[in-house]
Amino acid sequence: MRDAILKGHGTAEMYDRLVATLCGVVERVNKLVYVRPLRARYKPEIGDIIIGRVIEVAPKRWKLEINFSQDAVLMLSSMNLPDGIQRRRTAVDELNMRSIFEENDVICAEVRGFQHDGCLHLQARSHEPQPTSKKPYLMRSSSLFVDNVCHGTHWVMKK
Amino acid sequence: MEFVNPEGLRLDGRRPMEMRQLRAEIGVVSKADGSAVFEMGNTKVIAAVYGPREVQNRSQQSNDQALVRCEYSMANFSTGDRMRKPKGDRRSTEISMVIRQTMEACILTHLMPRSQIDIFVQVLQADGGTRSACINAATLALADAGIPMTDIVTSCSAGFLNGTPLLDLNYVEDSAGGPDVTVGILPKLDKVTLLQMDSKLQMETFETVMQLATEGCKAVASYIREVLLENTKQLESRRGV
Repeated sequence: MRDAILKGHGTAEMYDRLVATLCGVVERVNKLVYVRPLRARYKPEIGDIIIGRVIEVAPKRWKLEINFSQDAVLMLSSMNLPDGIQRRRTAVDELNMRSIFEENDVICAEVRGFQHDGCLHLQARSHEPQPTSKKPYLMRSSSLFVDNVCHGTHWVMKK
Repeated sequence: MEFVNPEGLRLDGRRPMEMRQLRAEIGVVSKADGSAVFEMGNTKVIAAVYGPREVQNRSQQSNDQALVRCEYSMANFSTGDRMRKPKGDRRSTEISMVIRQTMEACILTHLMPRSQIDIFVQVLQADGGTRSACINAATLALADAGIPMTDIVTSCSAGFLNGTPLLDLNYVEDSAGGPDVTVGILPKLDKVTLLQMDSKLQMETFETVMQLATEGCKAVASYIREVLLENTKQLESRRGV
């Protein structure tokens, strides 16, 4: 019987029994059994569009807080330049990073992937990400679709 | 002084094997990832858990597991006389370390590498058994935060006064100077993660007292499970899924 069950997230096998390691709701999908927690942090997948807040401007990268177990990194080279031209980033671009995004700015970006050391890398979306200086009202990363950026207002709706 | 009168009742009217009334509430600190308030009689403790989040001190970051930090403090108003140094004194540092080791034993840290889990416990009202109440509150807060654990950790204390083993000592019984055994267990796995004792006990008596404390832990465990189940049901129904 044990071979017929696939152990998903939030489960573990202990002393010949399948136990839950998380407090949540048990979900069963065919042979997969997993526990869905109700209040855990966000788990990013590649391709997800996330909204993060800048917490640090580091050499050639921005560090964003995205309600995950680590902070995400947006490289300068992964960002679309204001003039839209694709070119090599120079030292001048690096010095002007703060004019693009600085601390407490909100950025919308796409998850590019995890590096070998576990760091989460983001990339800019196909159209320009719009920074806003407003204090974010609801900042939780989830699968959101950012649409209709006009007059500095972000309209965010679920995909 | 008489701690167990001839009828077999303690100073607060309890029987020797009787625990104080338990009360728990989850989700009290909205900004924290998980939080809980735990009461054992008059002892009231609040715990807040933040994490897993980015490690603040790069040098302590571990590539294969999460870093668990714990801070225990007592509110100024928690004891009879206003306390002057709520944290940073030796007792608080020791209890912080004890709670950290106890919780680290049950958290599945390898599932969250390069991150940090902060557990903050503060005693709001102290009437004996603060250590146990803190561990129980921390367990609830960790479960609320959705942090994976092998099992819940529950803790209870027991002592030996007037020739009788007593469960769940309050402050007056604790200050009597008799032995005070604090036990922390993983109830389903039946494993001990914390065992501390003040004063001295004979070996056989110690086994009786520790057994009593373990029973107390199991009673706390069934209460905590009930509370978590109720809380999960409520959250799920509020979501309307």
